[in-house]
Parts: sequence; structure tokens; C-alpha cells
Amino acid sequence: MAELDLFAEANRQLTICNACRYCEGLCPVFPAMEIRKVFTPNDIRYLSNLCHDCRACEQACMFVAPHEFAITFPRIMSEVRMESYEHWSWPRFLARSFSDTPKGVLLGLAAMAVVCATGFLMIPSHRLFAVHTEAGSFYQIVPYLAMILPAMFLVMYGSVIWLQGGMRFWSEGKESPLLNAPKGIGPLYRAVRDSFTVKYLGGGSAGCAYPTATPTQWRRVFHAFVFWGFLSDLVSTTLAFIYQDFLHILPPYPLTSLPVIFGTAGGVALVVGVAGLLVFKMRSDRAQAADKAYGLDYAFLVFLGLAALTGLFTLIFRSTAAMGTILIVHLATVAGLFLTAPYGKFVHFVYRVFALIRYQIEAQGAHPQGGH
Amino acid sequence: MKSDAQYDVIIVGGGNAAICAAIGAREQGGRVLLIEGAPEYMRGGNTRHTRNIRCAHNAADEFFTGPYPYDEYLADLVQVTGGPANLDLAKFTIKETERLPQWMSAHGAHWQHPLAGTLHLGRTNRWFLGGGKTLLNSYYRTAEKLGVEFRYNTMVEDLVIENDRFTGVMLEGEAREMIRGKAVVVASGGFEANLEWLEEGWGPAARNFIVRGTPYNRGSMLKNLLSKGAQSIGNPKAIHAIAVDARSPKYDGGIVTRLDSVVFGVVVNNLGLRFYDEGEEIWPKRYAIWGGLILDQPDQIAYSIVDAKTIDAFLPPLYKPFQSDTLEGLAGELGIQADTFVKTMEDYNRGAAGNSNVRMQTLDGVTTRGVAPPKTNWALPIDTPPYYGLPLRAGITFTYMGVAVDERARVMDNRGQPFKNVYAAGEIMTGNILTKGYVGGIGLAIGAIFGELAGRDAVTHGRA
Repeated sequence: MAELDLFAEANRQLTICNACRYCEGLCPVFPAMEIRKVFTPNDIRYLSNLCHDCRACEQACMFVAPHEFAITFPRIMSEVRMESYEHWSWPRFLARSFSDTPKGVLLGLAAMAVVCATGFLMIPSHRLFAVHTEAGSFYQIVPYLAMILPAMFLVMYGSVIWLQGGMRFWSEGKESPLLNAPKGIGPLYRAVRDSFTVKYLGGGSAGCAYPTATPTQWRRVFHAFVFWGFLSDLVSTTLAFIYQDFLHILPPYPLTSLPVIFGTAGGVALVVGVAGLLVFKMRSDRAQAADKAYGLDYAFLVFLGLAALTGLFTLIFRSTAAMGTILIVHLATVAGLFLTAPYGKFVHFVYRVFALIRYQIEAQGAHPQGGH
Repeated sequence: MKSDAQYDVIIVGGGNAAICAAIGAREQGGRVLLIEGAPEYMRGGNTRHTRNIRCAHNAADEFFTGPYPYDEYLADLVQVTGGPANLDLAKFTIKETERLPQWMSAHGAHWQHPLAGTLHLGRTNRWFLGGGKTLLNSYYRTAEKLGVEFRYNTMVEDLVIENDRFTGVMLEGEAREMIRGKAVVVASGGFEANLEWLEEGWGPAARNFIVRGTPYNRGSMLKNLLSKGAQSIGNPKAIHAIAVDARSPKYDGGIVTRLDSVVFGVVVNNLGLRFYDEGEEIWPKRYAIWGGLILDQPDQIAYSIVDAKTIDAFLPPLYKPFQSDTLEGLAGELGIQADTFVKTMEDYNRGAAGNSNVRMQTLDGVTTRGVAPPKTNWALPIDTPPYYGLPLRAGITFTYMGVAVDERARVMDNRGQPFKNVYAAGEIMTGNILTKGYVGGIGLAIGAIFGELAGRDAVTHGRA
């Protein structure tokens, strides 16, 4: 859909929805809609990122096709979301991977291939395939700096692009007078709370109409597993960094150490969550999301799942001869994950959190327009 | 009686009353078949377009903003309807609403917290999350789990009644399929989508109705019952109709086609004449009178006229307003009598001259002077181009006429005796309680209460 058509169609649907408002209890998108009468492209991009794709509204709607109003709310939100990722990302030629999933996946795979090839070609096989149990064993395979420098570069690169996208979203949003509401800590707190609990995958209270029409809380649970699992791994990595560079204790760490506990819990949660979300996605109704969304979602989930799985394997096989190979594959998937992070589904968390903050700020001062 | 019946209860219809009847009957242990005329994606009749239910309660709770006791509910009902047709049934209904929220929650309903600003009825009415279709989906899932059987896209042609006893239904179609049952609950709605029938009361004007709800409410079961000697109740001409955009879908446009622009300007007919005080009343009363007013106009059409001052004061309408920089031009756009229209507007503006500050939240008494009909509130001059026009037609919501029932929801016959195993629930029998006018959210309450009651009673007594 061309950009103009996309926003014209979103506007058409929002005009109908705003005259109806039956969905206002399902999620924040509809209350955010109700305090507006006209919808600029930026407004619509904001709403689309406030949308958690829970699909409860699709089930609630009397006006879905074949009704002549032909409302496809989850789908149009998904289409705009895809457009918004590309719109806010940078640089342009890489941002285009949002609308060209194979390109994005290839980018990730290429990163993996480069890391694997480098690893397997440069590390002497007697070291690669040996059993290492001594302190600093991982660095026998990949030297410390070779591991930490590219990793830090990728994370920083990704974070800069993410943050810049979030700031573009925010500054474009300032065209709306609604953002002039008092800010303070309250909205921020509520937005963070709602992110951490993934509140809006709750379909109001009955649950997500995902993957089927029957509401369920499982998608919210799986998503929480992924989210909390990822955070747990982040904590693990940070702790390992502290152990090593401040306490001067080299890995591998014992099973009862904090980095391993957090890492294992996070890894398991990630694998379970990703598996659940993948199965749900396969069973879901494709017509309710943008075509390109699926490629992007799958790519992200698979990279994330593989990174977690290979991480767990690294732990399990760390005292065997397979450790070197697994470690390289693990590092390669992590590289693929983070290289594509600013240009894949990973970005959704940035705009989702910003949108939730904006929602909470706007909600403080505004009242629904028109009335019943 | 013969015991070769396939079902203990057959439910005809698929809306709120029907599905509550199915649940009630199944929980009573009966084998239940629900026959819905609409295809599955459109199941549920006009319940799809509902969003709240009025229930009596003595205290505020998580979802009610304040108490709404039985006495107040009854008083409201008496005031609006001018007295229910059957006061005992009305009292029974209101008493029963006290336990409805709990019953609904137990059968899958989720509720919406009252939101500041939007919900004027937060004290008296309870909003179900996601509206009527979501409620129906929950009920259908509950019924499915309980073991109710369904036939969609299936119309009943005839209720077979032998010696005052129901024995089965004959389905529409070549096969003339017959399904036998020990009792029937007819919960198939009103006849608001049957324009030919409405024409009997309203004349050819009925063809210009816009039907706000499902096209499946054609009243064929009501007609069938009446032909079997059921006692009718309610005025066949009585309808509920509001002003909707004339460009709305002929059927099923629901809530979104309603226009709220009337009070912000004036309304003329296609002769270019005003015909009623546009500033008479504030929501919700104004909502319900304009349907009838429009029906009295030539070709059953009218036009809401506003100018640049007020076009942004109400929600953007679904369809773009017609627009022109001159009143003559607007008349041309709308295809109405230009000379008269311009004169009407000049007269009105003379009457409203000097009026400026209006307060829409209240009856502000800013009125016209020396104009007939007057506009008694919010009478701003309409003098700032561009001018806008929105075509209005009467959108019919529901009909009142139905069959008389007793306190067990059994259909009464013309001799004043109930049929032993023929029950009615929902819109087809709301005429027992509502005569004219209604309080929002009571239709659904009547449907749920008499539906569940009929379903249960049909199993316990139908077996005898």
C-alpha cells in the first residue's frame, strides 16, 4: 500500500471506530483515539505502536468484512507499524530492510556467516576442538578483546539507532498539543509498569484473541517469558562483566554463581517464550497482520531463540570438546541478532515503551471528543 | 405425547435471549438445539450492536458508579413508557436484574470500568467489555462447552403446533426438513428489517427506513405465532427510530451512522423548510425523536445544516458533509428547494441575530425570536461560510409489537391461555413491558431474564 493510501485507509477506519467506541475498554489505542478528532500520520503511527496486536477488537467488531465498512483494525495497525519502523529508522538504505524481510534476514545470516567463518578459519583446530576447563577457557577460543569489542560496538550501534528512532517519534509527536499535558514521574512509572507486565496483551481482561478467536492469557505469558528472560540474560552479562573486570574472576563461573543462575533462567525463559510465540504465530490468522510483519516477526523470534538456545548449549557443553564450536555459533547468532536489531522486529519495544509513556501523559489532561 | 423428540428444547433465534435460553435449558439438563438464521459470522441479531445493560443495585461497585435501587428503576420505566403493558412482568424483570451481573459474569461476560467523560450511564448501566459481539462470543463459547448444538444460516419456516402443543420446527428449503422437539423458545427478535411488513403501518414511507441492525430480523416467527393463535401485544406501528446519515448502509450500520449535528444548527426538509425546534432537548431525548420527525417529511428525508462555526463542535461524521460557500450553492449540492431554503435561513438568522455564546452542556436558553418553529436553545446564527449539509433519514432500531407471555415466558393464546410448551423471549415479547419509549439497556435485561427462564422452564415442564 502506498503511504498516502495507507494513511487514508487508516483514517477511514479510525473515523468509523471513533464513532463507535465499543472497543474502548480493550486497550489504550481506543481511549487514545477518543481524545482526537483528526488523525495526522504521526498520530496514526503513534496509535499503531500503542497497539499490541492482541486482536480482541477484531472479535468485538460488527463491521469487519464482509460488512461494507470492511474494518480490519489489527491489520491496518500492523501495516502502519511496519511503515513507522522504516520511517523512524536510519540510515535509509538499511531502514528499508523493514519492508524487505529477506534482506533483513540475509543481513543477519551474513553476520552469522562472517563470525563463524572468522572463528573457524582463524582459530587453530587443536585449540578449537580441545577440552578447556581452566579459568578464562572461553578466551582460549576467542580472545577477550575479539569478543568484547565487536559486541560492544554492535550493542552501542543498535542502541544509538533505537534511541534516535525513539526521539524522532517523540519529537514528531510534539506537533500534538495533547503532549503538553503535565509530565512528572507518574506517567513514566505507569508506562514502565505496563511494559513490564505486558498489560495490554490482556485484551482488557479476557485475554488475547490470539492465535484463535478464543481469548487466552498465554500470549501475554509467553511474551513476559521472552521479555523477562531477555532482561535476566542482560543482568547475567552485566554481572559477568563485573566479576571479570572488577573482581578479576575469570569465567567459566560455577553453576551456583549469579551470572550462571541469571543466564540459565533467562535462557530457559527465552527458549520457552520464543517457542510459545512461534507456535502461536504459526497458528494465527495471517489476514490480521501486514504481510511483511510475519517475516520480520519470525526472523526476530528465530534469531532470539537461537541465541538463547546456543547460549544454554554453551553452558551445558562448556567442559567438552564441543564447547569451541558451540561458542562460535552462539557468538554468531548474537551478532546476527544485534546487527539486525535496529532493522527488525526488535525495535518494537522502543516505540511501544515511548507510545505507552505518551499515552499516560496524554491521558492526564484530555477528555474524549464529542460524546454519546 | 410421542417421545421421539430429538431435542428437549429448540431455540429459534441467536441473539442474547436465545443464547441465554440455550444456556438455561442446557444447565437444566436438556438436550438443546439453537437455530440461528444468520451465518455464523453474523450470529446474534441486534445484540451485536448493544453495549450495556441496565440493572438494579443498591450500592456502587467496581463497575457501577452509584446505587440504582429497584424503586428508581421502576419509576424511570413507568415515566418513559407511560406505564408498562404488564406491570407485574415489569416488576419481576427489574427485581431479577439485581442478580444479572453475577449470572452474566459466571457465563463469560467481562466488564468495562466506567471511563470518565464517555459514559453518562455509569450509575444505571453496566458496560460489557468490547460490546455486544464480544458478549455473544463469550456466551456462545459457554454454550458450546455445555454441549448446546447449533445450526447457523438456517431459517425456520413453521412452528408445528398440534392440539395446542408444539411438536417441532420445519425448516425453510426444498428438503422441508423437520426437527422434533418437546418445547420451543422463540427468541427471533422483532420485525424491524421487514420493510414490507412496516409498510402495512407506515405506508410507502417505510421503504425509506434505514435499518440500523441485522437484516435477519424479519419477524417471520412472530407472524407464524400470530397465525397459530398467539395473542399479540403492542402497537404494530410503534417503532424506535433516530436520525442517521441518509448515505448509511441500508442494513446493519449500527451505532456509527447516527448523527449528532442536529443541535448545532438547523434542520430543513427538501422543500427548504424548518419543521421542528432543533434546540428542544439535550441527549438522550433528542436522540429518539428525530427519527419520527423525519418520517413525517416529504420523501422521509431532512438535512442538518451547520456552518464553519460549529462544524468542528461535533465528531467528524462518517460521511463527508456536503459543502458550499453560499446557501444557494449548498441547496444545489443537497438537491433541495433553493429559494425557500435561503429564505428559511434568512428568517432563522434574523431570529438568532446577536446570539453568540452558547453552552452545549446545558439547556442554555439562547433562543430565536419571532421564528416559527423556534429554536429554543443554542440558537447561533448560521452565517459563516462554508456552509455544510448532512442528509438525514430515519434509522429504525426496533419494533414494539410482539406476543403476550405469562410470568413463565409462555406464549399466551387468543383465549388468554398459555401454550404449554411454546415460550418467547427477547424483543419478540418486550412489548409486554415496553409500550412506547424505553430506558437504555433494558431490552438486553428482558432478553437475558426471560431467555434463561424460558430455557429452564422448557426443560422442567416440557418433559412432562
